[in-house]
Amino acid sequence: MPSDFQFRRMFLTTALVAPFLTALPLSALALTENGARGLVEHLVGEINKVIVSTGSDNSKIRAFEKIFVRYADVAIMARYAMGVDARRASKSQMRSFTKAFQGYISRKYGKRFREFVGGRIEVKTSRKIKAGYEIRSIAYLSGQAPFDVTFLVSDKSGKDKFFNMYIEGVNLLLTERTEIGAMLDKRKGNIDQMIADLAKLS
Amino acid sequence: MRLTPRCYFNACALILSGMLSACAAPNPDSGTTGEVYDPYESTNRKVHALNIEVDRLLFRPASKGYVSVIPEPIVNSFTSFSKNLSMPRNMVDALLQGDAKTAFHALVRFTINTTVGFAGLADPATTFEIPQVDTDFGEVLHVWGFAEGPYVELPFLGPSTQRDAVGVIADLFTSPLTFSPVRPVKNIGVWAELLERMGDRGNYSDTIDSILYESADSYAQARVIYLQNRRFELAGDDEEAYLGLYDDPYDDPYEDPYAE
Repeated sequence: MPSDFQFRRMFLTTALVAPFLTALPLSALALTENGARGLVEHLVGEINKVIVSTGSDNSKIRAFEKIFVRYADVAIMARYAMGVDARRASKSQMRSFTKAFQGYISRKYGKRFREFVGGRIEVKTSRKIKAGYEIRSIAYLSGQAPFDVTFLVSDKSGKDKFFNMYIEGVNLLLTERTEIGAMLDKRKGNIDQMIADLAKLS
Repeated sequence: MRLTPRCYFNACALILSGMLSACAAPNPDSGTTGEVYDPYESTNRKVHALNIEVDRLLFRPASKGYVSVIPEPIVNSFTSFSKNLSMPRNMVDALLQGDAKTAFHALVRFTINTTVGFAGLADPATTFEIPQVDTDFGEVLHVWGFAEGPYVELPFLGPSTQRDAVGVIADLFTSPLTFSPVRPVKNIGVWAELLERMGDRGNYSDTIDSILYESADSYAQARVIYLQNRRFELAGDDEEAYLGLYDDPYDDPYEDPYAE
């Protein structure tokens, strides 16, 4: 039977720890403008590191895939990209599609890093939008006029993640939904075939 | 009947007014989240097939050759030259939009680059931090309240909308320096613009190739990318218009992806 002392110690520990326990999920859930901005600043920092790194195209693509998985809400992006067809896809199809989509995006955008050599991205402004926050940044690439790169950040996945990216107004998700839709049309709506081919696309 | 400049002007005024009245028809989807209004899709796809062939056989190889044979500074010089020639037209278009500031920037750019910048071959105006000017008659029509109209793909010129197509034609004639139908040798602006486009095609060949040759449906890709980018340009600093471009994927009409 625990002594008074032990009781008191337990009470003290609980009293000390409890605020942290309740504070933790709160801070993880409530996305603030600064939080969203911080996320994009970290993300941009990681991308800038890959731009200046001297690795091969393949190692840059792998680095980009890691960044993408860490900072993006890949599940919702994949679902949006599949569009209406996501409704009839099974859970396992969605899982393998998400995986294939993640690799496809990383290869497609990652291999463009060679054009970014000598360039950098700077975070500029942030503001509230319906789904979370909009963080606008400017990409400065050598020999090109600076252009607008916008990230949309939300915590609706339970974590702060970006869920869409706009380059000069061109929406990554919408562009990829068009592409995935065209791939499905070409394969007469065969989801498995589309996933298999997407996984092979370089 | 001899073709005098006045004839051209009258013919064009007639064509433009006809096309514009068509533009004025309400456009259900203009300006919203990447919506596509494409009633002429089957014709557009034929034009797209032609454009792809022209690009594959002529424009792409010529442009890649141009940027690999001609040193980069010279390619940039020709691009600056072409951009400088378009400044008077930019000034007119900015004035028509009631945008005196941009018109002034165009005037200053033209003055500086034509004199100190060796007839526009160099771009000291950028060094002096005069803002870039890039407007067109399509934007004038937008400011005047004309709707975007259906999507159209123009032969040789590529993706456009009905409103922008009218703008392209209008710009040919409002630019005193780029087009002179009666004296073709003087069409220096047209040749300069061709070189500018070749420079862009060559320099951004990876991006353009990925749209035209690596996507499942290059017509649909070019269309969705053009429409979004054009609406973004036109929205400019209009915050509300820009916010209206956002779609919320979490607002999923289908299913909650986090429900396990």
